[in-house]
Amino acid sequence: MPTLYDFDLSADCYKVRLLAAILGIPYDRHNVDFFPGMKHLSPAFLAVNPLGTLPVWDEGDLRLCSAHAILVYLAERHAPGGPWLPRDPALAGEVQHWLGFAEGLATSAGAARLAAGMEFDLDLAAAQARAHQLFERMDEHLWFREREGGNWLCRTLQPTLAEIACFPDVMLSEEGGIAREDYPALRRWSDRVKRIPGFEVMPGIFPAKIGA
Amino acid sequence: MSPQTQPDPFMRDQWYPVSALQDIAAGTPRVTKLFGQRVSYRREADGACSASTEDRALPVLQRYGCLWTSLGTPGELFEIPEYTEADRRNVAAGTVAVQVSAQRGIENFLDMGHFPYVHTGILGALPHTEVKEYNVEETPDGREIIATECLFYQPMASTVSTSGADVEYIYRVPHPTCSVLYKSSPLDEKRLDVIALFGQPTGEESFRGHMVLSILDDVNTDDFISYFQLHIFGQDKPILENQMPKRLPLDPRAETPIRADKTSIMYRRWLTRHGATYGVIPAQG
Repeated sequence: MPTLYDFDLSADCYKVRLLAAILGIPYDRHNVDFFPGMKHLSPAFLAVNPLGTLPVWDEGDLRLCSAHAILVYLAERHAPGGPWLPRDPALAGEVQHWLGFAEGLATSAGAARLAAGMEFDLDLAAAQARAHQLFERMDEHLWFREREGGNWLCRTLQPTLAEIACFPDVMLSEEGGIAREDYPALRRWSDRVKRIPGFEVMPGIFPAKIGA
Repeated sequence: MSPQTQPDPFMRDQWYPVSALQDIAAGTPRVTKLFGQRVSYRREADGACSASTEDRALPVLQRYGCLWTSLGTPGELFEIPEYTEADRRNVAAGTVAVQVSAQRGIENFLDMGHFPYVHTGILGALPHTEVKEYNVEETPDGREIIATECLFYQPMASTVSTSGADVEYIYRVPHPTCSVLYKSSPLDEKRLDVIALFGQPTGEESFRGHMVLSILDDVNTDDFISYFQLHIFGQDKPILENQMPKRLPLDPRAETPIRADKTSIMYRRWLTRHGATYGVIPAQG
């Protein structure tokens, strides 16, 4: 059984849990107390991942240490040729664009959440300003996608890894003091993500139907 | 928000937690805030802990797995007798920073009505939403609020639960930003698990919640117990941060309570009677 080194409140770890839930991939979770315990910097964890970052996916002979690498691996391993990582060259490029965009969300909206909620010594105002810029771009993009009849970030009929990678830092943004009132298309998109079959929540994110 | 509101005497002269003891390593001081003031704390070479502001040393107390300090002249910290029972697991289960007043945090801790909606499948489940009649009173010396006979259906009341059950709760509020909750232990029907929320008001509209447990659990690791508590607190955080106003209004007409809010009503009256103004919106006239 694969092991996920995981912190419950981490947006990056949630990306992996979310895709695993949707694809029905079983795993053992190994809790690493990132905050306040700072266990990701402990010798025991640095022996697993010298970078000291979460999540880590461990299958014994394979160990992957970044959320997006794990997403790509799981999609190809468990749903090869499926909708999550399209083989079409243009669509494959679009997915990669959004995986990169999601890194930007992590270092802006995600960083603001770490500063506001976990007392990380980061420039909160700058992170919030950058997150608003990215949300505005995303909202505009999704608005045009809706005009074309599309529901998702890439020009696909079904959700892709782009959704999984971008969704957590968008949905958790209020914990970093970044409101989403001004981004209606972004909000509609996040409601659609919540209705993907197999969708799973994390603390801070509620299901589309409360109490479900 | 005003640049630096001073705490009222009642709030100032209390002990406040600033960190779990297990999170204070020897060496470099760590910095946090209390009432908007920078407070640094450290562990000395001999293992003792100290705390100070920029210009003075502060009193310290090591109790219930936390380091406590005060900007005023605190009296005795409240007692949790169960904490010293030999067969209990005492776990400092985590710290979460929340952008809302500490009193809002305590009020949420006292509320059973939100369990099925916010902690679905763990502390509550639809359609079991009813908060049954319960008792609330002040202790004769007026120092504490106690709510008893609180019964609530919970699918997974604790880390050792194997099925849903009606769980009995007792709440104590012995401190303006701390509450201690007792709930029936799934392992021993005659004894109660203790779950405490210790609030550290970092500002008027922000606090750090330190969760401390003293429970009967011979199965799970500290790590899993901590994970379980952080998971629950993580569910509360967005709800708390969306509350308006961010300070707790004490005027009985400011918000519309229902019967299930009896403890909260008593808590607000108690804060008013003690003259609390920090982190709250005092009643006018």
